[in-house]
Amino acid sequence: MSSITTSATASALDSPRDPASLLSIRSIAKSFGSHTVLRNISLEIGQAEFLTVLGESGSGKTTLLRIVAGFENATSGEVWMHGQRLDRQPPYKRRVNTVFQNYALFPHLTVEENVAYGLRVAKHPADEIRTRVHEALAKVKMTAHAKKKPAKISGGQQQRVALARALVNRPQLLLLDEPLSALDANLRRQMQVELKSLQREVGIAFVFVTHDQEEAMVMSDRIALLRSGELEQVASPREIYSRPATAYAAQFIGHTNLLKALVRGGIAQCGSLSWPVDLPDGSAFFSLRPESLRVIIAGSPSPGSLPLQGRVVHQAFHGATQLARVECSGGFELTLRTARELNDGIIALEFSPPDAIPVRESPERL
Amino acid sequence: MFSRAYKLAVTVPPLAWVALFLLTPYLLMFCYSFWSISPAQTIVHSWNVQNYRELVTVSVYWQTLLRSMWIAARVTLFSLLLGYPLAYFLSFYGGSRKDLLYQLVIIPLWVSYLVRAYAWKTILGSDGVLNTLLQYVHLAKHPLEFLLYSPFAVVLTLTHIYTPFTFLPIYASLEHIPRNLVEASHDLGATPAQTFWKVIFPLSIPGVLAGATFAFVLSLGDFLAPLLLGGPSGIMISNVVVSLFGAAYNWPLGAAISFCMLVLVVALLFVSERLEKKWSFS
Repeated sequence: MSSITTSATASALDSPRDPASLLSIRSIAKSFGSHTVLRNISLEIGQAEFLTVLGESGSGKTTLLRIVAGFENATSGEVWMHGQRLDRQPPYKRRVNTVFQNYALFPHLTVEENVAYGLRVAKHPADEIRTRVHEALAKVKMTAHAKKKPAKISGGQQQRVALARALVNRPQLLLLDEPLSALDANLRRQMQVELKSLQREVGIAFVFVTHDQEEAMVMSDRIALLRSGELEQVASPREIYSRPATAYAAQFIGHTNLLKALVRGGIAQCGSLSWPVDLPDGSAFFSLRPESLRVIIAGSPSPGSLPLQGRVVHQAFHGATQLARVECSGGFELTLRTARELNDGIIALEFSPPDAIPVRESPERL
Repeated sequence: MFSRAYKLAVTVPPLAWVALFLLTPYLLMFCYSFWSISPAQTIVHSWNVQNYRELVTVSVYWQTLLRSMWIAARVTLFSLLLGYPLAYFLSFYGGSRKDLLYQLVIIPLWVSYLVRAYAWKTILGSDGVLNTLLQYVHLAKHPLEFLLYSPFAVVLTLTHIYTPFTFLPIYASLEHIPRNLVEASHDLGATPAQTFWKVIFPLSIPGVLAGATFAFVLSLGDFLAPLLLGGPSGIMISNVVVSLFGAAYNWPLGAAISFCMLVLVVALLFVSERLEKKWSFS
């Protein structure tokens, strides 16, 4: 088991996607009184990287972001940016900007004045401010609303203004605290695409906090999965999906079947199923994605794959695919993804043993 | 939703109360202000604007009015200068003791106004606490006379009394400022001082206006503090009205002054209300 742990973590850190580090979070811990919110968080964020901090509510993701922005002090640990201590500087000296969850636009200022705010307090020349504000508003398509007060524009438009207000300062790092959570589903998907392309265009590193795994998958270069104040896994969306390090990661990101097996002499045994594995003896968890299960239409299973039988108990339509729950002979249920609706009754299935990914058990945490 | 009878039962008593005890007296006062007083000290019910003409031509009246406004303006300024920082620190740095400190500001309001005014008399008098202390530490040879029976004493007392009235609306408006706006300002590079002047203060203007209106209007009409502590140089317009309705027995002129004051105050409230609306963004 321990061998899996090391390989998963190491691959995340040495990943070729990981470019030169911009921000370095080192052993950050945070407690509010006796309540520990973050434990031993270490994370490198690369130049121009889109990193998503993904976690359920209460996982500590917003606290982590607030520590980087400077609104909270870490109980222990350090934050470095460009070889300098960041966590000792007050927030107004950090070259980091934030897009707040509720946008936090200044209600007494117009859209234009909101965007100009950072440049004005930095005392840039008036004509430079004018051109940069104009550019920033054009980039987020808000030029037409420049003279309006925030209360007069919609949530999505406020979102864009908040983005322009942060980007106009040309920060080295942009922090986004669940910026899309207040938008309805349609606008949200549209903004995901816009945000991602904007990030590529401006080439600034984004640290994006969300509880929505789909959003994280669509937008991120890498995902840092946070659970109860500790990092569960840091990897690219593809990697975290195909090689989840823990049972929690496997279940939180996409659908999966979690199989609890007993390994003895290089053979994993789960119910009536058994397949060869390269693991030491003991109990082990395996994640088997629904699409790794195939229905055998006719004839015999493909060579090297593991056949099993089950009875279809439930099917749900998901657009292009279907998710079907199948009760197997060993007394466990599996979910499989199919292109077409299945006939009720007993069906034959198969999967390739390498598709059952060994994952660490996620220990209970407070 | 509610029956007609219920609505009437709820609205008629307060309306009747207001009509009987507010509108009727105002109407009476308005009528009186156009009547006059005969040499035999009876009220002559003939309509003319003589009283209003007297207000403008007899300098003591409009000078007292101007002095009252000047006293009220100083009280307003000092109450704001004391009340704003107090409200600011309590709202932003009060921490866990916020409620306790808030109560401490409010408690003086439970003490009778008369008691507080008398307390200042005891402090400022020539044999008072302050003069005794100054002479004891040899900072003064003789009692300082300007302390009591002067506009200074009136301004001091009224400032003490009306500071909680400016504090309350300012505190309320500061509490309403979302704290993420302050964070956003810092995030955009503004120092705490810039944040205060560009975000916090503009958003607290409705509270400042409400507090200033309270302090100005209440002290403009005050007559107890000038009566107890003002002396001849600290007389305010309400003292004039009181004496016109009392010893001088010139109700028509008293009514005319009162009516002018009423118009002034209503105009002030109207302007303040408009400005508050202009500066609120909820």
